[in-house]
Amino acid sequence: MHRLDLVALIASALLLAYIIEAVRRRRLREEYSVLWILTACVLFVLSLLRPALGLVSALLGIATPVNALFAVGFGFTTIILLHFSTVISRLSHENRDLAQRYALLVHEIDNQHSHGANHGKVVSKGAPLP
Amino acid sequence: MGGLVLTETLRILAILPAFNEAESLSHTIRDLRTGPVPVDIVVVDDGSRDATTRVARELGVAVLTLPFNLGIGGAVQTGFRYAHRYGYDIAFQFDSDGQHFAREIPALIAPITARQADVTVGSRFVGETQTYSQTTTRRAGGLLLGTLIYLLGGTRYTDVTSGFRAYNAKALGVVVHDYPQDFPEPESLLTCRRYNLRVVEVPVEMGHRVGGVSSINTWKSLYYMIKVSLALCIERLRTRERGV
Repeated sequence: MHRLDLVALIASALLLAYIIEAVRRRRLREEYSVLWILTACVLFVLSLLRPALGLVSALLGIATPVNALFAVGFGFTTIILLHFSTVISRLSHENRDLAQRYALLVHEIDNQHSHGANHGKVVSKGAPLP
Repeated sequence: MGGLVLTETLRILAILPAFNEAESLSHTIRDLRTGPVPVDIVVVDDGSRDATTRVARELGVAVLTLPFNLGIGGAVQTGFRYAHRYGYDIAFQFDSDGQHFAREIPALIAPITARQADVTVGSRFVGETQTYSQTTTRRAGGLLLGTLIYLLGGTRYTDVTSGFRAYNAKALGVVVHDYPQDFPEPESLLTCRRYNLRVVEVPVEMGHRVGGVSSINTWKSLYYMIKVSLALCIERLRTRERGV
């Protein structure tokens, strides 16, 4: 076993251990850990089993097998980053919705206390805040 | 004119998005209150660090205070939600920086009261209003985006960055759910088209902003053009959201 293989093996094992520990301590939610665990497992298997890595590099047309390891790692990282970008986009959308509902509710509560600048009655039916 | 009679019975709301506008609010609100059309006023304080909310309360208008800055799109949409919730017939955006004049409101809402439009856009560049002069680059940017919208949507608009816009109840029902967040003006023209809302441009006079810095400065303008162009192209690929 080459030294590089050993380094890759230890690194992916540590990554996997760290992810599982983070999920166990609830610092990382399961739904967001799935992609990470998958990445770490694939890297671990590829660095453990030379033939598997050889197969992947042959499939991708990569001359040096260890480069296939980097390629696979890079591919997974890209997917993870894209996934997180969509999660952040959804969160910011929900955040905006909450901020708007909050502003409308505070206005309504203030009005109930002071009967100030209330211009009319609530007419929207169904959902309390559109 | 029938339009004038109608405005007596219609409930009209002025939405004032305000980010650190404590200084200019009283002027803007006085302009609206002494203007030709009776309107209710709601100030949307978009996470200001100054006394915007307090000043607006003292002036006796409704205030919606956002807990943090959402940007112009999110702020105006808060106003849309208020208008929709309280059943206004017409709501229009009115900026506090001295660009919009209350005397232009009858012209802005006329196509809506005549039931010829769902959305109206006050344009600096249509008809005989020649008082407004923009810098060449900014005008060029506006024309470029206008051309892109024309290519994507088949409608020619002269002032796609104008924020002086009015919406009827039907249009409000759309924009409460679907309104772009940052740099919303050009994109929302295509959004309205997607929901088959009738958009009509109206010639209006606009002033130059008093103090403050435009949200689009030199370095941001390139980003603005790229972001808005991309948003326009992608907006064209969207379909209507369910239930809107």
